[in-house]
Amino acid sequence: MLLFSSLVFLAATAAGFIGSLTGLGGGVVITPVLALLFHVDLRYAMGASLVSVIATSSGAASAYVREGFSNVRIGLLLEIATTCGAIVGAVVATHTPTAALSSIMGVLLLFSAYSSTRPHPDHLANTADPLAHRFRLNGEYPSENGIKKYEVQGVKSGFSLMFGAGVTSGLLGIGSGALKVIAMDRLMRIPFKVSTATSNFMIGVTAAASAGVYLRRGWIVPDVTMPVVLGVLVGSLIGARMLSGAPVKILRYLFAAVVGILAIEMIYGGITGRL
Amino acid sequence: MTMNDDRLDRIVGVVLRTGVILAAALVLVGGIALLATHGQQVPDYHKFHPQSTPLTTIGGVWHGAIHLEPIYLIQLGLLVLIATPVVRVITCVAGFALGRDWMYAAVSLIVLVCLLASITISGL
Repeated sequence: MLLFSSLVFLAATAAGFIGSLTGLGGGVVITPVLALLFHVDLRYAMGASLVSVIATSSGAASAYVREGFSNVRIGLLLEIATTCGAIVGAVVATHTPTAALSSIMGVLLLFSAYSSTRPHPDHLANTADPLAHRFRLNGEYPSENGIKKYEVQGVKSGFSLMFGAGVTSGLLGIGSGALKVIAMDRLMRIPFKVSTATSNFMIGVTAAASAGVYLRRGWIVPDVTMPVVLGVLVGSLIGARMLSGAPVKILRYLFAAVVGILAIEMIYGGITGRL
Repeated sequence: MTMNDDRLDRIVGVVLRTGVILAAALVLVGGIALLATHGQQVPDYHKFHPQSTPLTTIGGVWHGAIHLEPIYLIQLGLLVLIATPVVRVITCVAGFALGRDWMYAAVSLIVLVCLLASITISGL
């Protein structure tokens, strides 16, 4: 157990480190690494991943909140959708064979490897959705050119996609940060920095909604989760300190490649019934 | 006392940091104790054991943790971690209510009900 814990701790530290440097969130690789490299049962791996996602989200969110990027109102309103979705996802997960879960996860990993290498242009909208006015979602954020205002669009479509992000989070034990950012950045036209900060903020609440279900089903086991949580926390703290001056672009592609390989292994493991 | 968004943001930040630090401390202490006492044991994580144990209930975890059993201390830390976003949402309910922002007090309350439902409804 000493050896297992040390190796898992090191792997989780690396995942947390690269995750926070590239802004992709290391949580997405935790489950495949535990399941493929350490042969941990997929359900225990998903439980450990879900808890570590809450740790990094809460740790990072406290920093983002200070910097004024995240929008608490947008976060809370959309959390209605993500928490309901997460409960549905977690309940479905407990009735789904692990072979199917690992294949679904593989497909999602491929998608996030692809989307992480895409550029993120900021496209500010001039006209806001009337719903954005009603719910007072429009806000401002600090940029290089001083405080910038933004107007929010597509509240209904963003809300719907957030339900899907919640389902994915509960179904696979991940943060679903990539989907959340797409909902805010592409559909609701919220500036990328505000989208990522608010997404990070929401991930913890979303994951907490499925954690209750996972806990009761015995998917969250302390001896597996302990090195994962500590490693991811340490790694993401180091990553956050080193944010300036790191070759983020190379790391991004490297990380995308690793995620892609893990994705194919997960699908293969699912189809052959190994996982 | 007036409650505005900036102030609420700061309080939420403190709540999140406190929760993570407390949880990490519990997991670390429990983890060191577990490895010191059971470090040589070969664990079995390869197969899923679907039985219900005290580790799967809040009461069971609390009972083990107050007897300072390492494995329960870790699990208590994980529960604190899971509770941290819940406390954050409670803080938002209170904060918006103090600021007389009833719309967002209600929004936060709906999120809180969803969270508590997932934790308390045992059929899920």
